[in-house]
Amino acid sequence: MNLAGLWHYWVVIALMMIGMYTMIARENLVKKIMGLNLFQVSVILFYVSLGKVAGGTAPILIEGAPATVYSNPLPHVLMLTAIVVGVAVTAVGLALVVRIQGAYGTSEDAELSEIDRADEAGAALARGEGQG
Amino acid sequence: MIEHLPVLQIVIPLLGAPVCLLLRARGAVLVFATAVAWCTFAIALASIGIVLEQGEVVYALGGWVAPLGIEYRIDLLNAFVITVVSGVGAIVLPIGPGIHGHTVSASREYLYYAAFLLCMAGLLGVAITGDIFNVFVFLEISSLAAYTLVALGNQRRALRAAFSYLVMGTIGGTFVLIGIGFLYQMTGTLNMADLARLLPAVLDNRAVHAAFAFLLVGVGIKLAVFPLHQWLPNAYTYAPPAVSAFLAATATKVAYYLLLRLVFTIFGIGFVFGALGIAPLLQVISLAAMFIGALAAINQTDLKRLLAYSSVSQIGYMTLGLSFGSVAGLTGGLVHVANHALMKGGMFLAVACIVARTGTSAIADLRGLGRRMPATMAAFALGGLGLIGVPLTVGFISKWYLVLAAIEAGQMLLAFAILVSSLLAAVYVWRVVEVAWFQEPLQSAPHGEAPLRLLIPTWVLIGASLYFGVATDLTAGIAAQAAEQLLEVAR
Repeated sequence: MNLAGLWHYWVVIALMMIGMYTMIARENLVKKIMGLNLFQVSVILFYVSLGKVAGGTAPILIEGAPATVYSNPLPHVLMLTAIVVGVAVTAVGLALVVRIQGAYGTSEDAELSEIDRADEAGAALARGEGQG
Repeated sequence: MIEHLPVLQIVIPLLGAPVCLLLRARGAVLVFATAVAWCTFAIALASIGIVLEQGEVVYALGGWVAPLGIEYRIDLLNAFVITVVSGVGAIVLPIGPGIHGHTVSASREYLYYAAFLLCMAGLLGVAITGDIFNVFVFLEISSLAAYTLVALGNQRRALRAAFSYLVMGTIGGTFVLIGIGFLYQMTGTLNMADLARLLPAVLDNRAVHAAFAFLLVGVGIKLAVFPLHQWLPNAYTYAPPAVSAFLAATATKVAYYLLLRLVFTIFGIGFVFGALGIAPLLQVISLAAMFIGALAAINQTDLKRLLAYSSVSQIGYMTLGLSFGSVAGLTGGLVHVANHALMKGGMFLAVACIVARTGTSAIADLRGLGRRMPATMAAFALGGLGLIGVPLTVGFISKWYLVLAAIEAGQMLLAFAILVSSLLAAVYVWRVVEVAWFQEPLQSAPHGEAPLRLLIPTWVLIGASLYFGVATDLTAGIAAQAAEQLLEVAR
């Protein structure tokens, strides 16, 4: 196996792992979304590299021109759709972070969990008093 | 007109969503969205009739024949899933976001209906299309709409639930995309039927194995199969009650359909169960889901969270049915798709009725509600009997087929496990019944039932679950035929 010749896969894998790690390790929700974004971009690069043919040009048919080697356009076109999906996910994600920031006053995951726990304890206490 | 039914199935709800944005006026949007949803359901019923009569329907989008173009391909399996999704959608949509439990202001209700229709269009699209990249696109349409709907819950934790649903769901969707990429790399096609034809030649390739692994995990996240279910309890607990009813009844079911498609149509049973041998793995996962889900449900203090964990457990039954790879097992899994949609949809709607009157879904606050809201609690209890699998309810039919499949496969232990986990379901249903009927009502407990707008859909779903428990030839009959078709193709 020619590892150096498959370098584009290593780029994809590295990006994907950086994205994954960011999602898991970062406390800030915006950074989590950025990690998610990186993760999606790595897959887009993976698809783009699938369609590449060595020495190939853009797949444009010119009347009368000699037949040429061209890259497979389909994976590239598919990624236009995937980019749109990625943008939509990022937009919804960031909108949720804005709402979370508004409702909790923070967008750090640990602090959010703390607040939720306090809420729950408070609700349990209120219920206990109500019954007593 | 008739030959264009497959595409209308998707186009009508998909275009209905932006029209909702234009209409804006509350009453007009409600009437319009309801009409769209029922129209979609009518088309689904017509489709299933055509498929039963003539067999598979193939529709080439824009006249471009597959594998160049995208095709919609409806066989009994899709038609069955489409009917369930659009039927539940048509019943749940007119309720609107519910009476309490959401943050949708009256002037913005049109956005709710738009998101609902988009979610429905996405789910139907996943089920109907014969193109695997199309599956990814529709999956993301439905998921994005679902994140939005979950975020409308009235507690601020709904936002966090929607956020983690978004992160998990996107990882799942992206995994599906990677898997599709590998498949395309190996075969040069995205058409499912074409993939099924070309894949057997390259099944030994490591890239195909990787593709299957990515697709399985990706779909597994959307299906919330144990241990990838972490997003589900919070999402269902904090979403508006009507949204929980719709998502619990449809979203995971469509993911289950996708799993069946992958395993039986695209990769083939010989590869999945033969070469890879994942049946034992699936069975362990399913059993874990059935027991851990049910045990978690027993320990909940919130009614919606109880139902959500019960969903995790019920998904275990479906994947268990899949793991047998036999007609009886698949029939059990498939019929449970419809049955669970009816029961769980109905039960979540009953919770919506309770929330509408009391403003809370804590089990402790249900005390004596059996006497104050008898129709609502009766619906809940009947749905609960279905979850346990009492004869004359739909749950019994599913479990009958599953136990039959286990005995057929000579795995008495599994058959026994199905029965034991049913007992666990009895425990968590009984907890609610005990509080609602055998305790004195609270001072603050409401007098009178929930409004008819909520009560009627609840009873339609629960009533259907009772009807199909007795008249089994419709659901179980079609499920059995679909299972046979699926296994025939797989051979």
